[in-house]
Amino acid sequence: MDYKEILKQLVLQTAISGREEKMSFFIKDLFSELCDEVYVDSFFNVTGIKRGSGKGRILVTAHYDEIGFLVKNIDKKGFVRLASVGGVDNKILPAQEVVIHGKKEVYGVIGAKPPHLINVEEKKKVAKLEELYVDTGMTADSLKKVVSIGDAVTLRPKYRELLNSRISAKTVDNRCGVTALIAAMKELSMLKHESDIYFTATTQEEFDLAGAISTAYSVEPDLAIVIDACHGNVHDAPEDDIYTLGRGPAIGIGPQLDRIYTKKLFKTAKEYNIPYQTDVEAGDTGTEAWAVQVSRAGIPTTLISIPVRYMHTAIETVDMKDIINTAKLASRFAACALI
Amino acid sequence: MYLKDLTKLNGISGNEDEVRDYIKNNIINFADELKTDRLGNLIAYKRGNGRKLKVMLSAHMDEVGFMVTGHGKDGSVRFKPVGGIDERILPGKEVFIGPERIPGVIAIKPIHLQDKDTRNVNVKLKNLYIDIGADKKEEAEKAAPLGEFICFSDEYQEMGDSVVKAKALDDRVGCAILMDMAKEKYNFDLYLCFTVQEEIGLRGSETAAYQVAPDIALAVEGTTCSDVPEVEEQDYSTRLGEGAALTIMDRTAYADKRLTSFIYKLAQDKGLKVQYKQTTTGGNDAGKIQRSREGVITAAISVPCRYIHSPVSMMDKRDYESCKEIVRALLREIDTRQDFLDYIKNGGNFDV
Amino acid sequence: MFDLINKLCGTFGVSGNEEEIRSLIAGEIIEYVDEIFTDTLGNLIAVKRGNGKKIMYAAHMDEIGVMATHIDDNGFIRFSNVGWVSPQYSLGQRVRFKNGTQGVVFYEQKEELKNLKLSNMYIDIGAKNKEETEKKVKIGDTACFVGSTYKQENVIISKALDNRIGCAVLIKAIKEIETAKNELYFVFTVQEELGLRGAKTAAYKIMPDFAVVVDVTETGDTPECKTMEVKLGNGPAIKIKDNSVICHPFVKNILENKAKEIGIPYQYEILEEGGSDTGSILLTGGGIPAGAVSIPCRYVHSPSEMISVEDAENAVKLIKAAADI
Repeated sequence: MDYKEILKQLVLQTAISGREEKMSFFIKDLFSELCDEVYVDSFFNVTGIKRGSGKGRILVTAHYDEIGFLVKNIDKKGFVRLASVGGVDNKILPAQEVVIHGKKEVYGVIGAKPPHLINVEEKKKVAKLEELYVDTGMTADSLKKVVSIGDAVTLRPKYRELLNSRISAKTVDNRCGVTALIAAMKELSMLKHESDIYFTATTQEEFDLAGAISTAYSVEPDLAIVIDACHGNVHDAPEDDIYTLGRGPAIGIGPQLDRIYTKKLFKTAKEYNIPYQTDVEAGDTGTEAWAVQVSRAGIPTTLISIPVRYMHTAIETVDMKDIINTAKLASRFAACALI
Repeated sequence: MYLKDLTKLNGISGNEDEVRDYIKNNIINFADELKTDRLGNLIAYKRGNGRKLKVMLSAHMDEVGFMVTGHGKDGSVRFKPVGGIDERILPGKEVFIGPERIPGVIAIKPIHLQDKDTRNVNVKLKNLYIDIGADKKEEAEKAAPLGEFICFSDEYQEMGDSVVKAKALDDRVGCAILMDMAKEKYNFDLYLCFTVQEEIGLRGSETAAYQVAPDIALAVEGTTCSDVPEVEEQDYSTRLGEGAALTIMDRTAYADKRLTSFIYKLAQDKGLKVQYKQTTTGGNDAGKIQRSREGVITAAISVPCRYIHSPVSMMDKRDYESCKEIVRALLREIDTRQDFLDYIKNGGNFDV
Repeated sequence: MFDLINKLCGTFGVSGNEEEIRSLIAGEIIEYVDEIFTDTLGNLIAVKRGNGKKIMYAAHMDEIGVMATHIDDNGFIRFSNVGWVSPQYSLGQRVRFKNGTQGVVFYEQKEELKNLKLSNMYIDIGAKNKEETEKKVKIGDTACFVGSTYKQENVIISKALDNRIGCAVLIKAIKEIETAKNELYFVFTVQEELGLRGAKTAAYKIMPDFAVVVDVTETGDTPECKTMEVKLGNGPAIKIKDNSVICHPFVKNILENKAKEIGIPYQYEILEEGGSDTGSILLTGGGIPAGAVSIPCRYVHSPSEMISVEDAENAVKLIKAAADI
């Protein structure tokens, strides 16, 4: 299976939190080839089940929604104002290319004041979203024929291959996780597993974890494995908060995560010679694990994170090797965790 | 004495084992069922005589502290707080790492070596580190591995006539009180819930409340007490020595008015010192319990603690005793009044 | 409509103290529903039995206010906010405690106005000293803002239109829906202003097939205001998103289609600050598809909120139509 190709297809699609319906069909098709049963729930979480012999139930999640914007207003001249969905860093927006998903896709740019016109004080400030706008080159009248208030706006999808099997694109967080889910399904097809394993591509993680909350509640697993992105190594960031690309997935440890299963996860990595790093989380992990852990009477939760540089930008960068190793780790762990 | 023992145990959020084991061993003879749930909550069940009423008392076993997050080439240990801690109290304090309690000190550049312009600037957490006496990274990694928990000093010190200084009074006071309540028998179903991970977001109480599904709940806590210099009277929150403090409203819950005023009047009737918490900041397990499932009638009672979330938290033993006796009086009232739930639902007015 | 709104806005119901408003609403609707009860947290739940889908409508009945936290030796009252209360909107306003005692909200005048915070403000009820104040006000007592309800042409100005106007819309819908095609639950929730609290337990109890919340939203049609599409008088707003929720497309589509079907003016709402019961309902249990119909309202959380009567009347029509799916 060509996982690079799968990641490419995933990152070129758009699905901001709350607008995942269209993409759910694509993921359903991908899952159908590898699972015994696939279903999509009312929140567009896509779940593929690989049945074992019923000895326990494991839930593996990776969210597929992305941060983005909604069209808030179209002014008299046709400039578009935006409301954010999820945590966008405004610093990347000036001169950023975007796509407005109206009745058809409309290409636009977020404006940037010419340097000649910016005074010294202004240069120091970060522009607020309220002050930014999208220029589509269209008049208000022609734009309003294809774009309505509330339409989704995303960073322009573009896929780049860098050296050393590294990929740079928008939404690598967390389409790399979804790729890992698919690769894990493939790996599991070749392993014996007694537990029933539910793989769910979840929605709305970037907004309010609605997908994780509804999935955990409905599936009621005995153990959960959350796959998400963690910060890849960049300059000038605290050493303890970044993980090196290519050195393997980061296994989370901390109060939020089950100590015994996490120990088993480390053991599995060592046993199968899968490279890994350690991610110390002193509280809220900022992932779906936070919601899953306290579902109903509680679910023992583990976290595997894939290092991704430049998170929440249009150039998120990942190493394919880390995705493959995440899949290997998750699948081998799932095959033996509940025994 | 439970409280002293409990404060000497280490139980940073997520690593409450020492505390849980102590409690388990000491109340095993008083509970009909003892269960440790998936998050690590310890739930002790005392069966009633068939009366259809479930009462939940909750106290959290975890305390604030730190976790090892990295190691310097020079053998220094880097850390992050677990739970809410004011960074300004950290420089120059002693800490203890892991189950072996490896001693360390939080390093600070001597004032002689500080730049003039940084002398009055607080050191940021990311620039703090712990010195355990190691010289090399490998040494530090072995003694204090990644993710290991780090606690404040556990010295329990009596002060003045009735004051005690110890770490983790929040919320070992609650744990000690709950352990005491385990000794009596009641005609209703009593669930003593020793919860985990309260300090990082009221985590354990959410799943505990879901499992127990009580009719009435009372969180027993340690709370802020700021009746000290440089604080205006309206910000005292509670006053040391003025008795147990009932919460009216905090960030996580508006306590049930009927139950809260019932407990207040009950305390007065029994001659037990009681006060209201007069600030609305902070939060505790009551926040999660109150909105569990279809809702729970919930209140919170606390022992005032000065310098809470620091190694030198202080309480007045008389406030602790009053809190304990008020909780006991409440349980006895519930035992006596067969229609307690309806009584509270209809206003719980204390008739003369 | 005005009489109902007047009665509702004038009734005390600060978050956590909704007894009086609950009583009033119950009295208004009891003849028109098959079942009515109060749940553990104080939500008022009324049912019109029917077959088909289980639909939950919700409107919060609590209002923001202040709570007395300290009485100084001179009888001045220090207070905390109950819900989001702006120091600027409160300065110089009057508040009214449940027992009718009125007070003036002012600030420590040595302080500069630009540093205005609730912690350097106080309430003055004109008492001579602490003892006198304590006869009227105790620690923990709550007070609502004073702002009489007034109709002028097509608008109503009042305190607590957030969310007594939502309650009014639901009450009218209850009275006008004769036979329910589906099973309709009307919930008047508590403690929304404290964090969308009551709605969570009511939703858990009911577990509807979908939910529609009625609340106010802000407008983008006043001088130099933040950009927002919603305008007073342009019809009820179908919520797309607020801080607590991205409305479920299923519900949004129902509301859109019904609005077109019955031919009422409508608009879309994207609220960038503030949440609603919609969020806590959506995240309950295994997830409940939820959306909202919002009444455009200027000056939200001030004692002089303003709505358009027509918007409210059209909202009633939309709620009734949606009940019929």
